[in-house]
Amino acid sequence: MPAFVMPQLGESDVEGTVLRWLKQPGEHVRADEPLVEVETEKVNVEIPSPFEGTLTSVLVQEGETVPVGATLAVIGAATAEEMSAVPPPVPTPAPEPAAVTAPPAAARNGATPPVPPAVAQPDGGRYSPAVLRLASEHQVDLNRIRGTGMNGRVTRKDVQAYIDSGGLRGAAVSPPAVVAAPVAAPAVELPQPATPPPATPAPAATDEEIVKPSATRLTIARNMLRAAQSIPAAWMVVEVDVTKLVRLRTALKEEFERREGVSLSYLPFVIKALAETLKEHPMLNSQWRDDQIVLKKRVNIGIAVGSDEGLVVPNIHDADRLSIAGLAHAVVDLAERARTRRLRLEDVQGGTFTLDNTGVFGSVVSQPIINPPQCAILSTEAIIKRPVAVDDAIAIRSLMNLCISFDHRIVDGSHVGPFMQAIKRRLEAYGPETGVY
Amino acid sequence: MPVRSVLEAIRDALREEMADDERVFILGEDVEEGGVFRATDGLLEKFGAERVMDTPLAESSIIGVAIGASLNGLLPVAEIQFADFILPAVNQLISEAAKLRYRSAGDFTCPMTVRSPYGGGIRGGLYHSQCVEALFAHVPGLKIVCPSTPYDYKGLLKAAIRDPDPVLFFEHKKTYHLLRGEVPDRDFTVPIGKAEVRRRGDDLTVFSYGLAAHYTMEAAERLSGEGIQATVVDLRTIQPLDRATIIDEAKATGKILIVHEDNLTGGVGAEIAATIAQAAFEYLDAPIMRLAGPDVPAVPYAQALEDWYMLNTDKIADAMRRLAAY
Repeated sequence: MPAFVMPQLGESDVEGTVLRWLKQPGEHVRADEPLVEVETEKVNVEIPSPFEGTLTSVLVQEGETVPVGATLAVIGAATAEEMSAVPPPVPTPAPEPAAVTAPPAAARNGATPPVPPAVAQPDGGRYSPAVLRLASEHQVDLNRIRGTGMNGRVTRKDVQAYIDSGGLRGAAVSPPAVVAAPVAAPAVELPQPATPPPATPAPAATDEEIVKPSATRLTIARNMLRAAQSIPAAWMVVEVDVTKLVRLRTALKEEFERREGVSLSYLPFVIKALAETLKEHPMLNSQWRDDQIVLKKRVNIGIAVGSDEGLVVPNIHDADRLSIAGLAHAVVDLAERARTRRLRLEDVQGGTFTLDNTGVFGSVVSQPIINPPQCAILSTEAIIKRPVAVDDAIAIRSLMNLCISFDHRIVDGSHVGPFMQAIKRRLEAYGPETGVY
Repeated sequence: MPVRSVLEAIRDALREEMADDERVFILGEDVEEGGVFRATDGLLEKFGAERVMDTPLAESSIIGVAIGASLNGLLPVAEIQFADFILPAVNQLISEAAKLRYRSAGDFTCPMTVRSPYGGGIRGGLYHSQCVEALFAHVPGLKIVCPSTPYDYKGLLKAAIRDPDPVLFFEHKKTYHLLRGEVPDRDFTVPIGKAEVRRRGDDLTVFSYGLAAHYTMEAAERLSGEGIQATVVDLRTIQPLDRATIIDEAKATGKILIVHEDNLTGGVGAEIAATIAQAAFEYLDAPIMRLAGPDVPAVPYAQALEDWYMLNTDKIADAMRRLAAY
C-alpha cells in the first residue's frame, strides 16, 4: 500500500511536526487534496495527498515530530482502477500495522460516519470552555498551539502564552485595550475612524524624523479625532474639600495594604462616589446614538491607564456594586494587567463613563476629551493644601479640583451642575466613620 | 504586634467583648472551670458567676436558653463542648434560632453566638472529631464561620458576637495551639461573609477553610518551589459564602480545587463547585476538583486510620500537582 512520507519542505529542514490531520482514517482522499498540516523550522504548510485512495492509518500523531522521509500515513487504493491511475508508490515500504485496518466497505457507505481508530489526536480534539473562549475572543487557531497539559492537552495558559507571544494574526496582534479586536466589537462601541488615514504618507523632509505610531497610538488618534470632531463638548470644574478623605485614607492605608495586599489610593473613593452619583443622575451615564439618548443601565467605569504604548481604558464593570475595598482591588488588577498587556477584550468593552486621574501629573485643571460614544469624562486633579476661609476663619485644607467634559447634545449645565455637586458632597462626606468594606 | 495562638485569640476576643458590653455572657458545659480546651479560662474570675455559667449536659437546653436570653436583650455566647455534641440542639438551632427573624418579619432577631470545637487530627475518636458545618450550611438563617488564622479568629468572633443573627462559630481544635500569628491588641472585627485571598498564582485556585486552609497554604508554598503558582482562597465564612470572590478567583485561573476536611458528599465543596460551574463555565480549564474527607461514618480512632482520613500537606500538594498538570 502506498506510504505517505514527511516531505522535505526547506533545504535545511531535517524534520517536521504534524500539526493537524485534515482527514481521518477511513476517509477518502483525492490526489492533491490537502491531507495534513505540517510545521517545520521555517514554515507551516498543508501537504496535499500524492495519491487518491482511502486514508488507511495514521502513523504519526498530531504534535509529534519526525525526520524527513518518515512514513506519516498509509493510503490504500479504493479500487483497482484508482490504483492504476496513480504513480508508482514511493520506494520506502510502509510497515502496515496489524491492528489498524481499513474499515469495511459497509461502514464507509453506511449511515454512520466512520469512527477514527484509537490513534486519533491525544485530546480527541476537545477543548475546555476557557480555551475555547480565549481562542474565540482572540481569533486563535487552536491547531497552531502545542499543548503542554496532560496528554498534550491545550490549556488556557498555552493559549494565553500564544496570544502574549504575539502569535495572533493581522489586526489582533495589537496590544490590549480598545484596539484589541475591532472586528469582534459591536460597531457602536468601536466606531470606524472619522477620517481614513492617507494612503501614502508624505515623506520626511531633511529636517524631520518619522516616528511610526503603534497600533494603540493610532487608535487613540482616531478616537480622539472623532471625539473632537463629532461631540460638542463643554466642561466645568468644581473644587472639593477632601481634608477628611485625606485623613481617612492616611488612617486606613497601612492596615489596608497589610490586609488586602494592595495599596489604598484615592481612586476607589472617587469611583465609589462617581458610581453612586451616576445611579442618581442616569443622564450622565448615557450616549448619543442616531439622534436618540441611550441610557445605560449598568455603571461600567473606565479607568484611564497610561502605559508605554499609550493610554488604555479598561472598565470596572458594575462599579456601583463594589465596596471601596473591592474597587481598590479592581483598580490595581486592571492597571497591572493594562501595563502587562494582559487585558481581556471584555475589560475594554462596554464602558459607560470614563475617569481620568490627571492629578498624578501635577495638573490642577484639565479639559479631558470624551471617550466616545460616552456622554462625559471626569478628571481628578492634584490634591493641594491651601489656606481657605472656613466659618470666617482661615484654615489649611486639602483641596482637589474635579473637571468634567460632557456631551452638550445630551446634557446642559443644569444637569451637570447638580451631578458635580452630588459627587462633591459624597467626597466631602467621607470621614473617619467611613467603612471600606 | 503581639503573637497569639488561636486559643489565645479566642480568649482575647471573649474577654474584650465581655468588658465592652455587659450584655455579653457565656454559658456551656464546664465553662466556669475554663472549658475543656481552656478557652474561657479566667473569665469567671474576671466577670463573675452571672456572666460565665455552667450548664447541665444538655445541649438542647444550652441553645434554648441562649435563644431565650437573646430575645430578652442579652448577647449569649454558648459553648458546645465538641461539635459532635451539637446534634441534640439541632431542633433549637434550625426550628427556632434560624427562623426567628423570618417568622417575625424582622421584629425579633437572635443575636446568639455558638462556639464549638470541631475537626480531627488529635486522636479524638469517633465522637470528638467530626466536622458538622455542612449539616448547617443547608439551613438559611444561620451564619457559619470557620476561621483559620489567629487574626481571623479574633476578628470574626467579635463580629459574630456583635452580629444580630445566630452565628455558628466553629473552631478547629487542632489549630488551637498549632497556629500562631500576629493579632492586634486593639479592638477590630473581620467581616462575616468575606473570603480572603491568602496568596495569588496563575496556575490554579484552591478554596479551603479551617485547618485545611493552613495545610493548603503550606502545600502552595511548597509547589511554588516547583514552579506551580496557586491562588489560595480562605473562605472563612461558610454561610453566607462569598460568591463574588469565589467566582472572580475561579475565573482567574480556570483550574479549581476545593479542599475540606468534612466528608465529600454534600459538603461545602459541592455548593462552591456548583456556583463556579454556573457562573464561570466559560472560564473553566479543567474539571472542578474536590479533595475532602472520605465518606465514612466518622473519623476513626486508630492512628493509621485517622491519618488516612485526615488531610495533610502532602495530600493537598499531590492534588494540586495533578490539577496543575491537567
